[in-house]
Order: sequence, then structure tokens, then C-alpha cells
Amino acid sequence: MELSTEVQMDLHRRMVRIRLFEEAAGKLAEAAKLPGFLHLYVGQEAVASGVCAALTDADQITSTHRGHGHLVAKGGQFNEMMAELMAKSTGYNKGKGGSMHISNLDVGMLGANGIVGAGAPIAVGAGFADKYRGEGNVAVAFFGDGSTNIGAFHEAANMACALKLPVVFACENNEYGEFTAREKTMAITDIIDRAAGYGMPGVIVDGMDVVAVHEAATEAVARARRGDGPSLIEAKTYRYYNHHGVQNLGLKYRTDDEVAEWRERDPIFTFEEHLIANGTASRADIDAIWAELRADIETAIEFAEASPVPTADQLLVDVYTEMAPTATEVSA
Amino acid sequence: MTRKLTYGQAFNEAVRQAMAADDDIFCAGEDIGAFGGVFQTYAGLQAEFGERRVVDTPISEQAIIGLGVGAAASGLRPIVDIMFMDFLCVAFDQIVNQAAKIKYMFGGAATIPLTITTGGGAGLSAAAQHSQSLEALLCHIPGLKVVQPSNPYDAKGLMTACIREDNPTIMVLHKRLLGMQGEVPEEAYEIPLGKANILREGSDVTVVGWGRMANEALDAAEKLAAEGIDVEVIDPRTLQPFDTATVVESVRKTNRVVIVHEAVRFGGLGGEIAAQIQEEAFDYLDAPVARIAAPFSPVPFSPVLEQIYLPSADDIEDGIRGVLARPGV
Repeated sequence: MELSTEVQMDLHRRMVRIRLFEEAAGKLAEAAKLPGFLHLYVGQEAVASGVCAALTDADQITSTHRGHGHLVAKGGQFNEMMAELMAKSTGYNKGKGGSMHISNLDVGMLGANGIVGAGAPIAVGAGFADKYRGEGNVAVAFFGDGSTNIGAFHEAANMACALKLPVVFACENNEYGEFTAREKTMAITDIIDRAAGYGMPGVIVDGMDVVAVHEAATEAVARARRGDGPSLIEAKTYRYYNHHGVQNLGLKYRTDDEVAEWRERDPIFTFEEHLIANGTASRADIDAIWAELRADIETAIEFAEASPVPTADQLLVDVYTEMAPTATEVSA
Repeated sequence: MTRKLTYGQAFNEAVRQAMAADDDIFCAGEDIGAFGGVFQTYAGLQAEFGERRVVDTPISEQAIIGLGVGAAASGLRPIVDIMFMDFLCVAFDQIVNQAAKIKYMFGGAATIPLTITTGGGAGLSAAAQHSQSLEALLCHIPGLKVVQPSNPYDAKGLMTACIREDNPTIMVLHKRLLGMQGEVPEEAYEIPLGKANILREGSDVTVVGWGRMANEALDAAEKLAAEGIDVEVIDPRTLQPFDTATVVESVRKTNRVVIVHEAVRFGGLGGEIAAQIQEEAFDYLDAPVARIAAPFSPVPFSPVLEQIYLPSADDIEDGIRGVLARPGV
């Protein structure tokens, strides 16, 4: 079934927003304007976009080290995101989280995560809350192929299935866990082989095809909303850059030819060809979208650069939630 | 109205009353549903509140804590049980890197009203993996609150406070105190977190101890009272945040202090408390701060060895005599 023009253009826009944000972040990192680590999502845009387009603001997601794309796709705004990457007090996390912990609960994004696999159990908790309240919301755990080797993933997948929670497990199989190829760290090729072990359906999709991802996600989300339990989606995808930082070629653990092969299947450019071929959008329409969003990025960089750094008095703020004195104390 | 309950029943009543008052509160953990928990601390709750609100989970400690973290971030008020304190280690990422830090990392945007309950302490020949007192590990982590009641009244009041907390809180029940009887009010009440309780007033020496050790300290104090030695016993009740002020005020009065804990001595909370005392009351001390604690060893299985391993009222008595033997300044 062909998706509506509106949905297709929404998918495209989400992907372009991610690409522009990430490329801008990479340039800022090269210019030493971003403190800390940077894990770029470029190449994987179809996964976050295709999945998040199937969600509402009330649905929640957990994310990974490579989390900017998930937040952008879920509705995160450039200004607050760029300010966070620059460690400014106007950032989503007030400059206390940074790239690896960027989050915004208002759009249902429960945080990038510095611990591989740790998001999945938290998504189970979010899904539990959804089922508990019975309002039909769902939770999505994004995670990489590498994190399916850690215990937290297995515990989360089993528990979600045992409790029949509205959770979608969205695996981004980009073939590398940090700097090591997948085939060196697991004896299976397809992550969905694990799904049967928990009693949930698993489906492989082309992670460079945003429509395919979106259709699979729509089905998995609908299943979760119906109360039929979790599903696993494995999106075969690729990150153009290194695990962290902005180097893309000349890496010791993969070949430049491999990078070139994947780039030929770029999720945005191939989708744009499809949009033009089908008459959904013209080249001029697409160019205008890029121009508009580029301007938004420039605005965000200006906003972030002009924003203040956190003041020293913020150091110990929000370690704990302050509690009002209790009114019901009785003496022993 | 007050009647006698056990420590475990008092805890259970706190959970039951809180759940009856607030549908956002649920419990999850291993064997807590139909079975009521291995220590029966959750007995009857599933029968009263149903499987929706009292959830039997797989044996998956990381996912149990993660369930609590995610549900708390989503606005519920979870109580999640980790059967033995030793098993917190299985879930340390979710406790230390997630629950404790999410609020700060998110710039304050998240609130994690999560209560983690667990059974700590030795004395049941449960050996090295079911007997530990690991509170120092937890108290070292900014973002967590850590509580250990020493009697039934405190078990109910502190648990009520933990459930009401908007921060991740770890309620450590001492396994050897579960059957301890005491007067407990029927109505719900809270004991504020972060405030110590002076269990016994005295003028000659201060003893700081929590959980079962607070009771051992009381036994030692009673024995020494017959000799005219007047011991003040302080139960911190909450270990993080620690009520340094109450301890320091006492030490300024007695000039001598013994800290006792079931955890091993090296790196135990006794070291931190001693450091705070010397920072704030150095000129008042008539003797070095004494620590009575377990030796640096896993908890032994053998009942004979375990009894030697665990600090006792006799050990505390020796410690008190030691600090009193020093001449006053």
C-alpha cells in the first residue's frame, strides 16, 4: 500500500532533519566546539524516522549512545539539542547530560544512554506503565546489534514478553559493535533469530528503506497497542562515521569499499529518487526542504553559541528532587 | 491505636496502606505475588490488590530495576523487590548508572519515585552470597537514598517515607529482625528520611549503629548501665543522607564514640562517619573514634565462624570499654 503524500514527506523531513543535525554536529566537533564524545547517526536515519513516525507524543522511546537521531525523529528541537551538545544551560538537559544522555520527556524520549543495552529494561518499565494505565500507549526500545549480547537486553526482552507489555524492540543492526564486526561477536547473522527465544515475532527490514521500516513499525506498534505484546524489528543499516567522532574512511576494522557500497543505498537520496519518480515531490520541493532545515540548523547553532554556560550554583542542583517536609509524622 | 506487629508485618502494613491510598503504586519482584515473598514481607498483597498491582517477575534483577526506573520516569510510583541485598550487584547498572543519575543527567526533567526493597544482613548461615551488608556501596552513589530500620515501628514509618519519596530509595530490611515484635500504630505515619533517632540517651559514650547492630548496641548499653556507664545509642535510620549533625552533637556531649556495623570494616560507613566526626568535633574527642565491624572476609557459612565474624553486644561492650579507658583531656 502506497503511503500518503503527507506521511512520505513527513518521513523524508525527519530523515533530513537528522542528517543536517548530525553533519552540523560533526563539523562543530571538528572545530572543537563540542566537549566530550560524539556518536553520529548518519546513515541510519531511516530507522529512527520510520519507527518514530508510527508513534504519538505519548508513546515513549529509549535510546542508545547514538541517540541524537532518535530525539530528532521523536520531535526534539534543534535549538535545545544543539545547546545541549555545546553544554549550554539552555540545552534540553541544562548542559548536564550532553550527547550521551540527551533527552526530552515532553516528546517521550527517555534519554540517550551511555551504557550499552541499558535502555531496554527502562523501555520495559515505560511499557509497563502504559499497560498499567491502559491508555493504549506503547514504548519502543532502540538498540544496536552489539547490545543484544548483553544481559540487560535478554532480561528486558524476556520480561516484556512474559508480562505481555506494549513494547517494540527496534534493533539497528549496523554490523559493528563499536570497533568490532558483528560476525566476531555472535554466531548468528540475524538478530531476529533471538526473538523466538522470548516468544515474540521478529521481522527483518531494509534499514536503508524508510518506507519498509515505517510499515514494519506500524504493524509492531499496532500489535502492541492491541495488547498482543512485544515484537522485534531488525533494521539492517549502516553508520557512515566511526563509532564516535567524525572519521569515516581509513578505519582499521572496515573497508572504504564497504562504506561506499552502503552510501550508494543512502536512505535519504534513494527515497528522494522514489518521491520524484512517483511524482510525490519535485526536485525543487526537496531542495526547498533542505534549504529551510539548513536555515533552522544555522539558527540553532547561533542560539547555542549565544547561550550561557551553566553557572557554578547549578553543580549540585537536581542530584535529588527536593522533598517538602512530611505532614503526617507521629512520634514513637 | 497501637498493637504489636513484627518488623516484617509492619513493613507489609506500610506497603498495604500506601497502595490502598494511591493507585499509582505497584509492587514487582520475584515470588512476591501468590507466595508473598521469600520473607513473607509481601504476604497477602496480591490477594488484596490483584495481579495488576502486585507483579511476579522473572528472576531478572536488571530488568526488575529497569521496570521500576522506566515506570517511575513515566509517572508511576514503583516498589520493586530484590530478594537479597547481594543480588543488587546483578542490577548495579540500573541502580547506579540509571536510577541514581537520570534526574541529574536530564537536567532535572525526570523524577524517579522508585523504592527498591531488599533483605540484608547475616546471621542465618546463608553464606557469602546471601548475607552481605552492602550499604556503603549504595551510600557512595549520589542520587540514591538508603534506609535500614532497626525495629517494627521504624520499619513501617520509614517504608511509608520511602514510598512517598520522589527519589530512588533503597529500603534494606535486616533478615534477622523480620520476626522482631514491637508496638506499631495502626494509622499510616512517616519517619522523615535523613533524621537519626536517639534510641537511648547517655552521657559517657556515644554508640552509632543501625539495623540489627542498633539492637546489639542497646543490649551492650543495658549491661554497662549496671556498672554506672551511661551509653547514648544513636540509630541513624537513614544512611544516605546521613544525619551527621545529631551524631556530632552527641559526641560533643560524650566526647567518646564507637561506630558499629555489620559490614566489613575496610571501606565501611564507619570510616566516613569517623571522618565527619573528626572534621566537626575534633576538639571534643577524648579518644580515637572506635569502629566495631566485620573482618575483611566474605561471610562464612559455618555457624561457628559466622558468629565470630559478626559484631555482637560483647564486641560493642569491649569497644566502649576501650574508648573509656583513655583518660579525658
